[in-house]
Amino acid sequence: MIPELGQFALILALLLAGLQALFGIAGPALRRDRWTAAVVPAVAGQFVMVATAMGCLVSSFINNDFSVRYVAENSNSALPLFYRIAGVWGAHSGSLLLWIFLLGCWTVATAFGTLRLPRDFAARVLGVLGAVSFGFLLYTVVTSNPFVRLDPPWADGMGLNPLLQDPGLAVHPPLLYTGYVGLSVAFAFAGAALLEGRLDREWARWTRPWTTAAWAFLTCGIALGSWWAYYTLGWGGFWFWDPVENASFMPWLMATALIHSLAVTEKRGLFKSWTLLLAVLGFSLSLVGTFLVRSGVLISVHSFVASPGRGEFLLGFLGIMIGAALALYAWRAPKMQSEAGFELTARESFLLFNNILLVTACGTVFAGEMAPIISNAFGLGKLSVGPPYFNPTFLISMLPLLALLPFGIHARWKRGGLGGRGRLLLVTLAAAALIGCAVAFGVFTGAGVLSPVGMTLGAWIILASLIDPIDRLRRRIAIPRAVLGMTIAHIGLGIFVFSLTSVQAFTAEQDVALRSGMMARDGGYAFQFQGIKSLYGPDYSGEQAKIIVTRGGRPVTVMYPQKRNYWVQHMAITHSAIFINRGSNILVALGQDLGDGRWSFRLQVRPLVLYIWIAALIMASGGLIALTDRRYRIAETAADEAAAALAGGEAR
Amino acid sequence: MRYFIPVALFAVLVVLLALGIHQAPRKDLVPSPLIGKPAPSFSLPSLSDPSAQVTTAALRGHWYLFNVWGTWCVSCHIEEPELLAIARTGRVPLIGLDWKDSRRQAIAYLQAKGNPYQQIAFDPGGLEAIHWGVYGAPETFLVNPQGIIVYKYIGPITPRAWVRDFLPRLPAAHAVSGS
Repeated sequence: MIPELGQFALILALLLAGLQALFGIAGPALRRDRWTAAVVPAVAGQFVMVATAMGCLVSSFINNDFSVRYVAENSNSALPLFYRIAGVWGAHSGSLLLWIFLLGCWTVATAFGTLRLPRDFAARVLGVLGAVSFGFLLYTVVTSNPFVRLDPPWADGMGLNPLLQDPGLAVHPPLLYTGYVGLSVAFAFAGAALLEGRLDREWARWTRPWTTAAWAFLTCGIALGSWWAYYTLGWGGFWFWDPVENASFMPWLMATALIHSLAVTEKRGLFKSWTLLLAVLGFSLSLVGTFLVRSGVLISVHSFVASPGRGEFLLGFLGIMIGAALALYAWRAPKMQSEAGFELTARESFLLFNNILLVTACGTVFAGEMAPIISNAFGLGKLSVGPPYFNPTFLISMLPLLALLPFGIHARWKRGGLGGRGRLLLVTLAAAALIGCAVAFGVFTGAGVLSPVGMTLGAWIILASLIDPIDRLRRRIAIPRAVLGMTIAHIGLGIFVFSLTSVQAFTAEQDVALRSGMMARDGGYAFQFQGIKSLYGPDYSGEQAKIIVTRGGRPVTVMYPQKRNYWVQHMAITHSAIFINRGSNILVALGQDLGDGRWSFRLQVRPLVLYIWIAALIMASGGLIALTDRRYRIAETAADEAAAALAGGEAR
Repeated sequence: MRYFIPVALFAVLVVLLALGIHQAPRKDLVPSPLIGKPAPSFSLPSLSDPSAQVTTAALRGHWYLFNVWGTWCVSCHIEEPELLAIARTGRVPLIGLDWKDSRRQAIAYLQAKGNPYQQIAFDPGGLEAIHWGVYGAPETFLVNPQGIIVYKYIGPITPRAWVRDFLPRLPAAHAVSGS
C-alpha cells in the first residue's frame, strides 16, 4: 500500500512540475495572468507530493519491506535503523529521489524569496525550476522507479554496500546534493533573465545570495566526502581526481567564478553576458556530472550500477535543457552589452583574471574527465587520466590565481590602483615569505621548491586579507557582513593552501610487516604492534590490531586499526585508525595476514592534514556570513528599489 | 557570433557523450571475462561424502549449471526454491559449489530445504571460487558439453531470469534429455 502511495505521489508530482514549468514560462510570455498566478500553488503541490514520495520510501526502508525491489537490493534486516534510513539514498533510484526532494526544498525557498520580486520575473524563475524538476521526475518514473515491487517478496534483503555503512553516508550525499541542486536556482535566475531579455544590476543582487548559499553547501559536501574517503578507503588519500569527485569539483569551480563575476555585475553593471553564461554553465556541469555518474560511461568508485536506457534518457534531458538555455543565450546575450569601461589595475581586471583562471582550471579538469570517453568513443583504446595529469595542469592556473588574490582584494573599482596599500602588501608578502621558508626549511626538513612557494602564498593570502578588517577596526568603521564573509572565506583559502602544501611535501609513509611485539618508526613516531584479536559486528566479522604509539619515549596513544569482512556482500573493508596529534594526522591501516604471526601495516604521518577540512569549513562559513548581508534582505528593504529599477528598465 | 560558441561546443559534447554511451563498458552484459573460455578444471571432495571427488573431467559432454552458494548467504536462501524448480524441469543438471561453509551446516540446510544439486563440491577455503572469478554468492555459470562457460549470472536466479537468460542458451529440450 505505502509503495503504491509513493508511486502515485511521484506521478502527481511529475504532472504538477509540468504545470509549474508551463505556467511559469508561458504565463508571462503570453500575458495570461491566471497562469502566472497558478505557479506558486503548483510549486506547493509539487513539493507536498515529492515529500510524500520520499516519506513513503523512507517508511518502506524502516519497515524492512522487502517486497520493494529497491529496499530488498539495498537493505537488510540485520542493518541498524540508522543505516536503513541513510540507505534510502545509498543507490541510484533513491539518491535520485533525494535529489528531487532537495530540488523541491530549494524551489519552495525560492518561491518565498521571490515573493517581493516583480511577479513575471518570479514566475519565470519558478517555471525554469519546474522544467528541471519535470525532467528529473520523468527520468525517475520512467527509468528508475524506486517503488517497483518484487513478486514473490524476498525473505531478506541483500544489504547495504559496506563502504556506505558509515555516518558519512547520512550527511555527505544530502549536503553535496544540496549544493549541486542549489546551483539550479542561479540557473533559473539566468534563465528568467534570458527569457525576459533584460538584465540589470538588481538581477545580480537577487541572484548572489542563492549562488553563495549553494556554493557553501557544495564546499561542505565536497570537504565531507574527502574526509570520508580519507578514513574509509583506508589508504590515506583525501583527493583522488576520481571522475565523480571531479564531477562535483567542476561545478564548484564554476560557482566560485560565478560568485566573483556576480560581484562585478552587481557593483558595476559589467560582465553581464559572461555572468549569465557562468550561471548556465555551473548548473549544466552539475547535470553533466550526474550523467557521467549514472550512465555508466565512466568507471569510478562511485559509479551506480548502470542499466541501458538510463544514460540515453539523461543525455536527452540534459541536451534539451542545457541546449535550450545556451541557444537562448546565443539569441539574447548580444543585447546585454555592458557600456562602462575600467582601468587595467582596477578590481574589475583582477576579478576578470580570477574568472579566466577558474574557468581554465575547470576546463583542464573537464578535459581530463572527457579524455577517456573520447578515446573510447573513437576506438583509441582505454585511457586512464590520473594525478600525473591533474596535479600539474591544475597548479598552472591555481598559482597565478593565488598570487593575484592579495592585489585583487585591495584594488579599487574602476579607476584602479591599490589605494595606498601597496607598501602594506609588500610588508605582508615579506612576512609571509619569512613564515613560509621558516616552516618549510626549519620545522620540517627536505622541502622541495614548491613547498616554500605554496606556504608563502597561503600565509600571504591570510595576512593580506586581514589588512582591511584591521584597518576598519582601528578607524572604528563597521564591517559589512559581505566584506566579513569574503575575508573569512579568503582566510580559509589561505589556511587550505598552507596545510595542503605541508601535507603534500612532508607526509611520511611506509608499509611494514610486523610480528607481535615488534616496533616500527615513521615520521618521528614509534609504533609497537601488540597483537591481533577477532571482531564481531552485526553483519560483519573481522580482525583488530592493537598498536601503541610513542614519540620520544613518551606515550601518545593506542590505536586499533580494523579489517572487516561483510558476510552478506562478501566484501573486505579496511577501517584505518586515525589519531590527531597537534594537527598532524597519524594513520595506521591493517593489511594482510602474512602468515606465521606477521601482519602488514601502512603507517602514515601527515602534518596539518586536519586543517584542509577545517579550512574548507571556514570558506563555507564565510559564504554563509556573506549572504546574511543587509542588502540581500530583499523582503524588507529592496522591494521599492526593485520596482523603481524595473520601471527605469522599461522606460529604456 | 561569438555568443553561439557555447551552444556549438555543447552540441559537440552531446554527440561525444552519445558515442560514449554506446561504447560504454557494459558491466551488466559482460559480467565475466571467463565467458567463452573453458571452465576451470578442478577435483574437490564431495560435500556429502568426503572420500568421493567431484571432478570437471566427469562433467565433460554434458550441459550443466555451476552454482556457487553457502548457508551463510542470505540471497542463496532466496534462490533455493527457484533452483529446486529448475532441478524439477530436468533441463540441465545443477552442480553446486558449497563455498566457505561448514559441512555439518550445509548438510542440515539441504535436508531441511531440499537438495536441487546432482553433485556438490565442497570448497571451505574458497580457493576454487577464485578460479571461477566469484566475488559474491550466489553466482551461476552455464557450461556446455565442450566445457566452455556460456553464460554467467550474478545474484539469485529469478523465474524471469531463468526464462530470459538461461533457457534460450540451452539446446532444445529433447537434445538434453538424452544425456
